[in-house]
Amino acid sequence: MSIAIEFNNISKLYRLGLVSTGTLAHDLKRWWTINVRREEDPYLKIGETNDRSTKGESDYVWALKDIDFKVEQGDVVGIIGKNGAGKSTLLKLLSKVTAPTTGEIRAKGRIGSLLEVGTGFHPEMTGRENIYMNGAILGMTKPEITRKLDEIIDFSGCERYIDTPVKRYSSGMMVRLGFAVAAHLDPEILVVDEVLAVGDAEFQKKAIGKMQDVSRGEGRTVLFVSHNMTAVKQLCKSGIVLANGKISYSGTAEKAIEKYLGINAEATKTPLSIRTDRIGDGKIKVVDITLHNKNNQIVTEAFVGQYLKIEFKVEVNADIDPSKLIVGCLLYDPYGTLVMQWASDEMVHDFSNVTSGSFFLEIPALNMRPNAYSMYVQLSLGTTAPEDFCDAIHSAFILNVMNDSFFLEGVNIRPNRGYTALLQGKYFTDP
Amino acid sequence: MSEEKWTTVIKPKNKLLEVNIRELWDYKDLISLFIKRNITTQFKQTILGPLWFVVQPALTVIMYMIVFGGIAGIPTDGVPRPLFYLAGTCMWQYFADCLTKTSNTFVDNAGIFGKVYFPRLAVPLANVISNLLRFGIQLGLFLIVYAIYVLIGNHEAHFTWYALLFPVLVLMMAGLALGFGIIISSMTTKYRDLQVLFSFLVSLWMYATPIVYPLSQTKSMFWNGVQVHTLMCLNPVTPIIETFKYGFLGCGEFVGWRWLIYSFVFMTVLLALGIVVFNRVQKNFMDTV
Repeated sequence: MSIAIEFNNISKLYRLGLVSTGTLAHDLKRWWTINVRREEDPYLKIGETNDRSTKGESDYVWALKDIDFKVEQGDVVGIIGKNGAGKSTLLKLLSKVTAPTTGEIRAKGRIGSLLEVGTGFHPEMTGRENIYMNGAILGMTKPEITRKLDEIIDFSGCERYIDTPVKRYSSGMMVRLGFAVAAHLDPEILVVDEVLAVGDAEFQKKAIGKMQDVSRGEGRTVLFVSHNMTAVKQLCKSGIVLANGKISYSGTAEKAIEKYLGINAEATKTPLSIRTDRIGDGKIKVVDITLHNKNNQIVTEAFVGQYLKIEFKVEVNADIDPSKLIVGCLLYDPYGTLVMQWASDEMVHDFSNVTSGSFFLEIPALNMRPNAYSMYVQLSLGTTAPEDFCDAIHSAFILNVMNDSFFLEGVNIRPNRGYTALLQGKYFTDP
Repeated sequence: MSEEKWTTVIKPKNKLLEVNIRELWDYKDLISLFIKRNITTQFKQTILGPLWFVVQPALTVIMYMIVFGGIAGIPTDGVPRPLFYLAGTCMWQYFADCLTKTSNTFVDNAGIFGKVYFPRLAVPLANVISNLLRFGIQLGLFLIVYAIYVLIGNHEAHFTWYALLFPVLVLMMAGLALGFGIIISSMTTKYRDLQVLFSFLVSLWMYATPIVYPLSQTKSMFWNGVQVHTLMCLNPVTPIIETFKYGFLGCGEFVGWRWLIYSFVFMTVLLALGIVVFNRVQKNFMDTV
């Protein structure tokens, strides 16, 4: 396999704050040192790591720092990371929207970028005119577009509206049309940034399918940025995790996703009682969560299909009416999809005795596929409206469900297949 | 691995004179689509449509006739006032339109430039070309008014051979506007001060160009011992306008090849300089605009 893209020590410096006389002073000083004194840019040295949440000393940050990696031809690389980790900057550099501060990117073949679909759509022009416009902006020639026009219109599913100005389109239709054009672009390297976020389920499926065809069937290289882990997992072979402008992991897509979600699960390492990433007035708070098996022994993991009791230790900090308490316990799979919910208002339970310090959730049989589920706990008084929240905390606990037999004693079921629910059932044939 | 064939190499800075004409040529379809877009979208949802192209110079000419002809009483070299003003306005308007549109290239197109790469020069180039349509219509108006004066008003048509220079004159206008425009647009990406300065500088510039008065008026004027006529001709737009008026209306006298060539060289140097500056800025402008 040959290398399609090579990033050599790519860094990108950004200046924060407003453009003002201060900027002018910096520019003059930079110009003076570089052009007159022939020295290195003085502001390159004082750049800081790009951590969005902390206040920095310097006005300059490295949006990307020493990015160094190679992409093989035909590979589909998922780039994941938190907001502001530098994902989009990386793609912008590759698609030549802006230039790196240092380093060099080398690539083989035409690069097509889909940083935002529908780029250059003019609201007054019809869908058909915009297909030409958009196609040309993305680097297609007129005859090329004409040849693919029917295919593009068909793929977008907007045939009825094709001669109507796009300002009359719904936003979803606009995205469909934009993606349809981009999907029919034939670059050797395709750069895609979060395009699947909009559009309905049917279209998302179509879009993912098209991208799979592009990479598998046609052997093109794709760089894909997304927060949708399911899409990354489906599409990508390898993955890169960016954190604060640096590569924190590079390897297979599955491993990268695990690493990335691991970063998120970091929070659960702090004891629940001292965590501060919670909302609500704190009149009553969850301070500890433990699991019990059917023999009432404390366990660290749950097993598929078995009895489970979850104990929530609470701390009451105010004079409350516990009979009004509503408890919600929600489970999310590693891709952030809600899979289970136990809401006490649906189950009608009176928590009058909660002042004793604990309440329990008893699950007779845990009919869930093995996986690591993240638990969200919410306590509220009277209603479930946010203003009545006493305590709400995401990733309060990671519930590890281990593999076990389910349908038949002694026969383990398959590990996680991308869905959660298990239902008892059996096949039989007439005797 | 080092002898692999890379087709794209992205580096922090371009070489000084690296202008990729071939790349621009590869995007010729995009340029033609930009031109089409500029023209077709201009008058969507208007009732008068392209008629506005005619209304605008007509009203301007009437205003000039009142202010400069009537109140100030500036002569027009024996040419009927409407014709004289119309000739000047048509030419100047083309130059001014191209210039203002081009000088806003980066700011106006920040959205699209921030998403996808294509040779940025395609946008100002398309602007200059699509403005030709408006210019053509206004020139048509000029010729119609001219014909009316000749047929009904018994004004003697006075074409000179210099009228044949017309295509070159338009090219020079376009080149100057493009050159100035891209330099300004490159400078305004970070500091918008220049944009404010420029918007009124263009309107002042018109008075430094013989649009509302004939250049012949300045022959007898001196400023610190220098003929004002010479100073006027240092403005590279002056020789173009004067040649146009002399060619079509026969008014005044030819400014001389010397000034016309000066103007042409000025245009060429400016355009080259503009492209170099523009090229440097386009790589990183997204970070500052």
